[in-house]
Amino acid sequence: MYRITAEHLNTYFGDAHILKDISLKVAENTVMALIGPSGCGKSTFLRSINRMNDLIASFKLEGTLLLDGNDIYSKNMDVVDLRRRVGMVFQKPNPFPKSIFENVAYGLRIHGNDDEDYIAQRVEESLKSAAIWDEVKDKLDQSALGLSGGQQQRLCIARTIANNPEVILMDEPCSALDPISTLKIEDLIHELKKDYTIVIVTHNMQQASRVSDFTSFFLNGELIESEKTEKLFVSPKEKKTEEYITGRFG
Amino acid sequence: MKSFLSPGTSHKIMNSVLIFSGVLTISVLVIILAFILIEGLPAIDLEFIFGGVKDQGRSGGIFPVIVSSLYVTLISVLIAAPLGVGAAIYVVEYAENRKLVNIIRFGAETLASIPSIVFGLFGFAFFVMFLKMGWSVFSAGLVLAIMAIPTIFQVVEVSLRSVPSTYKEGSYGLGATKWQTICNVILPAAIPGIVTGIILAMTRAISEAAAVMYTVGSSVSMPISMFDPGRPLPLHLYILATEGISLQNAFATAAVLVIIVMVITFLTNYFTQRYQNKMMGNL
Repeated sequence: MYRITAEHLNTYFGDAHILKDISLKVAENTVMALIGPSGCGKSTFLRSINRMNDLIASFKLEGTLLLDGNDIYSKNMDVVDLRRRVGMVFQKPNPFPKSIFENVAYGLRIHGNDDEDYIAQRVEESLKSAAIWDEVKDKLDQSALGLSGGQQQRLCIARTIANNPEVILMDEPCSALDPISTLKIEDLIHELKKDYTIVIVTHNMQQASRVSDFTSFFLNGELIESEKTEKLFVSPKEKKTEEYITGRFG
Repeated sequence: MKSFLSPGTSHKIMNSVLIFSGVLTISVLVIILAFILIEGLPAIDLEFIFGGVKDQGRSGGIFPVIVSSLYVTLISVLIAAPLGVGAAIYVVEYAENRKLVNIIRFGAETLASIPSIVFGLFGFAFFVMFLKMGWSVFSAGLVLAIMAIPTIFQVVEVSLRSVPSTYKEGSYGLGATKWQTICNVILPAAIPGIVTGIILAMTRAISEAAAVMYTVGSSVSMPISMFDPGRPLPLHLYILATEGISLQNAFATAAVLVIIVMVITFLTNYFTQRYQNKMMGNL
């Protein structure tokens, strides 16, 4: 079953044509890596899935983008509910200037939960799923901004998990982190795909090959190739993909 | 062109000039404070603080005057803070029309640059006479509120703009609405700046003589209702000094005013710093 289906997707910022005729499917409980040089549109594609591009007034989208068969851009789509179902982890860890507990509880509270016992239980579960519980369990009331960058990023993942999403989008989640923190996040991604569908944008091809089941290569707003990860990296069909993954440009 | 002074010499000269400017700035502050406190403190005792005004202010205390001051300031802040903060939120988070934003900003700047005596005159004509509110702490509070709005608006706008957009993205990404994001993420992050803006407006309001002169009356009895007249500290000080009633008590009044302003400033700095440290995880 496919969680996300894009068909002939075109996007624009004002007059700039960013994504060109993208058709792509992401299967349930898999990790899809989006690779490609800067400005190729991979982040725009990612941000189309939870409608974060809507924050930019000049954004325009044509074609179809489905979540579980429902049109993400239909008039009936509740953006608040969409973003609960499609969580997002950003490039730079961005915990709120609140306590660790309140960061994770935030999503639950804004969606109307006020049962403190339930919130406490979800916070603990989420922090455990994000492999950060042991490091923070004794200081849940301290500011999240006192944590290290890697811990902050895992906290942001916990914050997303607390919402019980179906899909987690990750926009270069390790680009601001040191190698050890990066490794922890990659291990975490392996764990998370049992329960969630993950789409990750990365600049790092080793990372793509380590964490993903499928990889899509974007270039100048076009989808050049989308394949099983081992296949794409070992025997790419397209010449441009080969040139990119062997480091001849990008 | 060959320089007239060697780099080393010009460095030394500029260094001295800059140190001198710094020292001069501090000295002016210290001298003024010391002068007021030395002249004023000897006349301050419990009776002066908690007693009523006697004999036009030649003797007795200034309790009703202190209460008038706090009363008008409180009224002005209660009115100006929601309006100033609201306008800033609108401009930063909602307004899509750049022209309108610029007009609001220009309006605030203009309002901030109008002399306070003109506000006083307007308050007299509009609130006291036209709206028939009479000389009252409410009329004065309204005038001070009009003066405070641009200050609060300007400071709060800057502090809202300095909230990192990554906080906003994080909040929207979790499915928060704009209003939830403003209430739960942006405002808490901007609290230190918001408080600073309100306190700045407050200390200006409490120090204002010209704007209240025509609007609050000059009654030295205790204002109870909002529509009672009163006499805030700066006005009392002005009357004591210009009418030659008691220079000693004028200084004492000035000292009380300065101490109130300093206490407000120090306390808020202390608490906003603590809040900031807790929020940023430095505690």
